[in-house]
Amino acid sequence: MNNVEEITPIEEPNANKSMLDKIKAFMNKDNVVGYVFSSPFIIGFLGFALFPMIVSFYYSFTNYNMISQADWIGFGNFTRLFSDARFLKSVRVTLIYVGVSVPVKLIFALFVAYLVTKKIRGVSIYRALFYIPSLIGGSIAVALVWKELFARSGLVNTLMTNVGLSPISWFGNQNMAMVPLILISAWQFGSSMIIFAAGLKDIPTSYYEAAIMDGAKPWQRFVKITLPLLSPIILFNLIMQTISAFMAFTQAFVITGGGPNDATNFYALYVYDQAFTFNNMGYASAMSWIMLVIIAFITFLIFKFSKYWTFYGK
Amino acid sequence: MVNKKNLSKYGNHLFLIAFGIVMIYPVLWMISGAFKDNVEILSGSMSLIPENLNLDNFANGWRGFGGITFTTFFKNSLIITVLSTIGTVISSALIAYAFSRVEYKGRKIWFSAMLLTMMLPGQVILIPQYIIYNSLGLVGSIIPLVLPHFFGQAFFIFQMMQFMVSIPKELDESAYMDGCSKYTIFTRIIFPLLKPALITTTIIQFYWKWDDFMGPLIYLNKPESYTVSVALRLFADAGSVTDYGAMFAISTLSLIPVFLIFLFFNKYLTEGISTSGLKG
Repeated sequence: MNNVEEITPIEEPNANKSMLDKIKAFMNKDNVVGYVFSSPFIIGFLGFALFPMIVSFYYSFTNYNMISQADWIGFGNFTRLFSDARFLKSVRVTLIYVGVSVPVKLIFALFVAYLVTKKIRGVSIYRALFYIPSLIGGSIAVALVWKELFARSGLVNTLMTNVGLSPISWFGNQNMAMVPLILISAWQFGSSMIIFAAGLKDIPTSYYEAAIMDGAKPWQRFVKITLPLLSPIILFNLIMQTISAFMAFTQAFVITGGGPNDATNFYALYVYDQAFTFNNMGYASAMSWIMLVIIAFITFLIFKFSKYWTFYGK
Repeated sequence: MVNKKNLSKYGNHLFLIAFGIVMIYPVLWMISGAFKDNVEILSGSMSLIPENLNLDNFANGWRGFGGITFTTFFKNSLIITVLSTIGTVISSALIAYAFSRVEYKGRKIWFSAMLLTMMLPGQVILIPQYIIYNSLGLVGSIIPLVLPHFFGQAFFIFQMMQFMVSIPKELDESAYMDGCSKYTIFTRIIFPLLKPALITTTIIQFYWKWDDFMGPLIYLNKPESYTVSVALRLFADAGSVTDYGAMFAISTLSLIPVFLIFLFFNKYLTEGISTSGLKG
């Protein structure tokens, strides 16, 4: 009996301490530390990406207006899409927009990056100057300015009359309405330019020196040295810009509103319209999934064909 | 030979300056428009110098819409932007630390999941997110605009991971020898050393969120909760006569925070873009 009384007071704090130690040791295990630190991502991924995607997948097979219960209609939304003339037109104009605006923007970016990596005075000022449009181009402020620039009596038409051309009704003409949108996108070549410029700096100057020794012309040096060595970065820019061009929304929403006659009704605008103007959440979800498939397919194609033109050294 | 070289040098400068002026012209035109009256703006004048300097536009524009001034809209934008930016910076740093410095089971799977979300077009999850927030009664509040930022953003996580590669692992090891745990290694060593990457994330996230239009457009349904970008569009509303001078004045003011950040943190910005390829 005495023994027990003697032991307990000693064991009590010991038990506590080892409990704390156990917790501490447990918390310091790499597996635990890893999950503690990555828990924000895991929660966010499950809650803000995966779960919404599952929800969206379910609703894409239903008729749902957020007021009454969702009606299961099977592939109804998807079959309806292929007979929806507005949808088909939005796919077509989006593909035209992506197909024109992305190459134009990247060619601009590459060309200017090539100029601003040369050792000339004031390079950083030029670079900053060309980057400013990218910095503010996504804002409503710039979209509003753009709308005025291309208005009927706007600056662009004034300029055109001054050089003897007849003014154009940019936003009234179905064939012309996309031009201001492509231009505002190309105008923001700055961030691609900076990525290209960083890549150009990594090309050893000895390559160019050797080429000059061999009598290569500037154009040949560009095609034979710069382009191949820069091709992985071109691929990266191409994919990122393609994905973001597919999602173009703000500028078209503010500048043209999708008009005239749906000539600039980009995919994202039509999804927005179906979801938030007509409350066709099921139909809009189906459209979102088709969009994901289209983007995935095009990204896959770019990757697939990139092996013919990208060069990763040896 | 020397002359030819000089000539091409001047040619380059001439081209870059001319091109730069064309590039920046729309911005300058907007700023000068803020000081012009509507008659002058509507005449399609190309001049960057207003005929008579006019400051009324700022007062007229600031008055806002329906009794709500731009003080409210700027305040709303600032609250949403600051909260989102804090959330992004802290959560992305934590996640980047786990991915790049801790060896744990499942790390590769979560890392690939993160890369996937980088390629995932935001609009696929836009509608279901709206449905979910709507069923929780959160549409109309700023929660849908701010909350997702507290769970890391793939672009910034990736960028911070690339930065962490440059922090020598020996630092972690010697700190561990001195009795630091993985938690204190993060708070005392990695996080402070991450400063340049944290600044880049802060400024890029700040200006993305400041310019964000689609989110506020969908989730904010009361004029008193509008952000600057949503309120600005009211100037061009089809239902009313547009006060162009006021529109340009407030547009100019709305870009001031972005310009200030650019002026002071230009270096971090261009570095951040070239290391992680952030889209602008």
